[in-house]
Amino acid sequence: MDIDSTKAVVSDTLAQVTEKAQDTGWIMHHILDGNYLEFPPFGVVHLPELHLLGMDISITRHVIFMWLAVIILVFLLGRVAKAYKKSLVPKGINNLMEVLILFVRDEIARPTIGHGFEKFVPYLLTAFFFILTCNFLGLVPYGATATSNIAVTASLATISFIVIQAGGIMKNGFFGYFKGLLPHGLPTWLIPIMFVVELLGLFTKPFALAIRLFANLTAGHIVIMALLGLIFILQTYFVAPVSVAFALFIYLLEILVALIQAYIFTMLSSLFIGMAVHQDH
Amino acid sequence: MSFINNLAAMVLAAGGGNGGLLDVNPGLIFWTVITFILLLLILKKLAWKPILTSLSEREQFIEESLKKAETAKADAEKMMQDNKAAIDAADDKAREIIDSAKKEAEALRVKNEEKVKLETQAMIDAAKAEIERKNQEAFVKLKEQVAEIAVDAAEKIVRSSLDKGKQIELVNQYIDDLSKN
Repeated sequence: MDIDSTKAVVSDTLAQVTEKAQDTGWIMHHILDGNYLEFPPFGVVHLPELHLLGMDISITRHVIFMWLAVIILVFLLGRVAKAYKKSLVPKGINNLMEVLILFVRDEIARPTIGHGFEKFVPYLLTAFFFILTCNFLGLVPYGATATSNIAVTASLATISFIVIQAGGIMKNGFFGYFKGLLPHGLPTWLIPIMFVVELLGLFTKPFALAIRLFANLTAGHIVIMALLGLIFILQTYFVAPVSVAFALFIYLLEILVALIQAYIFTMLSSLFIGMAVHQDH
Repeated sequence: MSFINNLAAMVLAAGGGNGGLLDVNPGLIFWTVITFILLLLILKKLAWKPILTSLSEREQFIEESLKKAETAKADAEKMMQDNKAAIDAADDKAREIIDSAKKEAEALRVKNEEKVKLETQAMIDAAKAEIERKNQEAFVKLKEQVAEIAVDAAEKIVRSSLDKGKQIELVNQYIDDLSKN
C-alpha cells in the first residue's frame, strides 16, 4: 500500500467520523425539554399541549419530573414529620432526612445568616431538597434532569433573588437596605457609580446561581452521552469497555455533583441572604 | 482543516439554534415558579414546621437533661463530701473515745498495781514481824533450856564430884550427850 492510498483511507475515515460526530441531535434530544416521555424500547408517551393567554404552558418532560420530585418530597418528608409526632427519636430513613435537615439548618443557615436565620430555613430546606431530588431524578433510568434546563434554574435563582431582597428590605427597611448596599466612608462623588455597581452585583449573584446549576447538571450528562456516543461514532466494539468505564466514572461523579450543586445553591443563597440581612459586614 | 471546521460547527450547533441548550421556554418558567412555591407552602406546613419544632424540642430536652444530670452530679458530689466529713468526724470521735478509755485503763492499772504492792509490802512486813517474834520466842526458850541444861549439868557435876577420873568421864559423857543432842 503506498502512502497516497493510506492517506486517502485515513482522510476517508476521518470524514466519516466527523460526519457522524456532527450528528449531536441525539445528545441534545436527551438533555433538552420536550413534549414527550420516552421509555425505550417500550415507546413514547406524548404529553398534551396547553396554552394560556397566548403563552405555551405545555406540561413538558421537565415539568413532569419536577412534579415527580414534589410528590417524592411531600411523601417522604410528610412521613418524617409524622414519625416525629410519635417519637422524638428518629428511626431508619428519618435519620438520613434529619442529617440533611440539620445540615441545612446548622451548617448552612445558622453560620451564614446568623441572628434571625429561622425565618429563612424553610425556604433553604425546600430549595435544597427540591434541587437535590431533581438532580437525582436525572440519574435514574428514563429520568430527566429538570435542573439542567436554564429556564428552571433561572426561575429558582429568581425566587432566590426575591427571597434575598425581601429579607434585606424587611430587616433594614426599603431605603435603609439600598443605603446599606454602599460601603461606609465612600467619597461623595463615588456614590452614584458604586450604587450602580452594587445594584448590578445584586443581579449577577442569582445569575451566577442559575448558570452554575444549569452548567454543572448539563455538562455531566453531555460527557456521559459523548463517551457512550464514541462507540457508535467509531463503530467498533473495542472502544466500548473504555467508554463504559469512563461513563461509569462520570456517572459516579454526577452523584457527587448532584449533592454538591444542591449544597452550593443553598449555601450561596443563604450567604447572600446573610449579606442582605446583616449589611454591616 | 475541514475536520477542525466540522468540530467547530458541532460545538456551535450544540450552543444555539432552534431547540438549543440556552433556549428559555416561558412555560417552563411558569411551571417552575408555581411548582416551587406550592412545594414551599406544602412542605412548610406539612414538614418543616413539625420537623423543626420537634428538633428544637428535642434539643431543648437534651439540654435540660444534661443540665439536670449536671446538677444531680453536683448534688451527689456534695452529698458524698458531706458523708465523708461525717465519717471523718465519727472516726475522730471513736479515736477520742478509745484514747480516753485507754488512759482510764492505764490509770486504773497503775492504781491497782500500787495497791497490790502496798498490800504485798504489808503482808511481807507482817510475815517479817512474825518471824522476828518467833525468833525471839525461840531464843527465849533456848535460853531457858540452856539455863536448865546448865543447872542440870551443874547438879550432875555436883552429885558425882568424887574423883578426878570420874569427873572427866562425866564431863566427856556430858559433852557427848550434848553433841548427840
